[in-house]
Amino acid sequence: MTTLPQTTNRKLGLVIDLDVCVGCHACAVACKEWNTGAYGAPLSDMDAYGAEPSGTWLNRVHSYEVKPEDKPAQIVHFPRSCLHCEDAPCVTVCPTGASYKRSEDGIVLVNEDRCMGCGLCAWACPYGAREMDMDAGVMKKCTLCVDRIYNDHIPQEDRVPSCVRTCPANARHFGDFADPDSAVSRMVAERGGYDLMPEQGTRPVNKYLQPRPKVDAMPAGEGCGKHDAHAPATPGGLLGWLDRALAALD
Amino acid sequence: MHPALSVIVFTTLSGIGFGLMSLLGIGLGGDGLAFRWTAVVLAYGFAVIGLLSSVAHLKSPGRAIYAFSQWRSSWLSREGVLSILTLGVFGLWALAYLFMDRNIGALGILAAVLAVVTVYSTSMVYAQLRTVPHWATWLTPAVFLAFGAAGGLMLLATLLSVFGEEGARPVAQFALLALVIAWVVKAAWWQRAAKTTLVAAGSGIGEATGLGRIGRVRAFEPPHTSPNYLMREMAFEVGRKRARALRRVAIGAGVVLPLFLVILAVYLPIATAALLLLALVSHIAGMLAERWLFFAEARHAVASFYGIGQADGDVAFL
Ligand code: SF4
Ligand code: SF4
Ligand code: SF4
Repeated sequence: MTTLPQTTNRKLGLVIDLDVCVGCHACAVACKEWNTGAYGAPLSDMDAYGAEPSGTWLNRVHSYEVKPEDKPAQIVHFPRSCLHCEDAPCVTVCPTGASYKRSEDGIVLVNEDRCMGCGLCAWACPYGAREMDMDAGVMKKCTLCVDRIYNDHIPQEDRVPSCVRTCPANARHFGDFADPDSAVSRMVAERGGYDLMPEQGTRPVNKYLQPRPKVDAMPAGEGCGKHDAHAPATPGGLLGWLDRALAALD
Repeated sequence: MHPALSVIVFTTLSGIGFGLMSLLGIGLGGDGLAFRWTAVVLAYGFAVIGLLSSVAHLKSPGRAIYAFSQWRSSWLSREGVLSILTLGVFGLWALAYLFMDRNIGALGILAAVLAVVTVYSTSMVYAQLRTVPHWATWLTPAVFLAFGAAGGLMLLATLLSVFGEEGARPVAQFALLALVIAWVVKAAWWQRAAKTTLVAAGSGIGEATGLGRIGRVRAFEPPHTSPNYLMREMAFEVGRKRARALRRVAIGAGVVLPLFLVILAVYLPIATAALLLLALVSHIAGMLAERWLFFAEARHAVASFYGIGQADGDVAFL
């Protein structure tokens, strides 16, 4: 059914921490790898070895330059995947009933056996989270790794989305946003997690944490010597004696 | 948005087909057998060709049958259901009209109402999308309905005149009026569109990424090295340079020339049918240009993630 559930028991989703994302694209690659062998049709590539390779990916990493008013510009890496919106416009526009939002955990999925490949859901999503698979002719999107998170056949520590499990910087976190005490809920509360394009009225479940403000650039005329705080403290004891003895020989 | 030929043809032709259906349904058709057959076949033909070309746009057309199931929530599903209903009711009416020489008023009016609602549902498929600020306005259904009426009236006037039926002249006069109204509505739509950029709609790169709260945001590195589905479909930038020229084609062929020809046809006693036919062909050509622009000029919020369509405004009205 492409009508949305009134409420969902749980609101599973991701927190993406833009402060620590290093833009390595490991999450995108891990996502592609897992979802090519998992839920639904494999994620195809077209013209993979040609001049214009193009494929289906469920997670993409952009990089932006942000220039604050009075500070130097900074680079922010920005992973983009489905936000599992509470008011998901992609679901309600779907004419076939292929797109749906689960009432038990809020995950938004596509039933590929019903999808006719009209592409309207991709038009309705403001976040570019849906990509048509040009080989299978069906719409693909992030499944929140529904086939990992409930999977009894893999070790407990692997029962999280592939992108979360892979991220070397720990920039992606998975959890239940309906539980105010969950790690993701606390993170959002502490760091002021925000919605992308709130004016679209989609009420995304996934939240983003903005980069922490950069430390001021070094004031003019002050050299490295002023930054002794960062130098290792002079050791005491035997090491200190050795240090002083060596300094005398220096 | 990517201007897919199938969808351009579909929206243009089905609008005219359903327009003609509703005019026949309310009893504006002629009496001769040749007229009746041609009118019914054309009305049906335009609508069916339109619908078939929209099916051609699907990636898995074999599953199109499911598209009739979600009419409670989806405008696209409603459009499918209403199209079939309209074709069915109009078909019943046409059977009586063609074979029993009877115009069953109630059935005809029902078909007319259904045809109008079908065109409305087509327009709502676009107007419902908040992601495309150009489209998300009540002016979009107004444009679709007004063009359906104008196209239907022009086609009806042409047919009446070609088959020497009565009433070609008053119908042509109504067509004139409808053409003017339709293009006034379209001018209003264009005026609004020129102001409705992604940034103005609150879906610029700053809000898309949420980084606007820190400072000015610029796309630095895209996530992929060659265009993907999203960019081809929703960040379509080809041919925007020619938008101004195409808009002149749309206005010239879609309204200026047809107006001139229909006025001649109404007030000159010669070659009425030929003039009306020429006006109709010109109008359809103009409509195709108009629909191409409807898609090609419309920007989707996802373009903001790619830093596309942020600074420049859209082409002004002329
Ligand atoms: S991010 Fe897009 S695809 Fe995902 S639920 Fe929201 S609208 Fe749908
Ligand atoms: S592409 Fe598939 S999932 Fe998307 S709206 Fe069309 S039928 Fe539904
Ligand atoms: S949750 Fe799974 S499907 Fe979604 S982006 Fe992460 S790896 Fe991809």
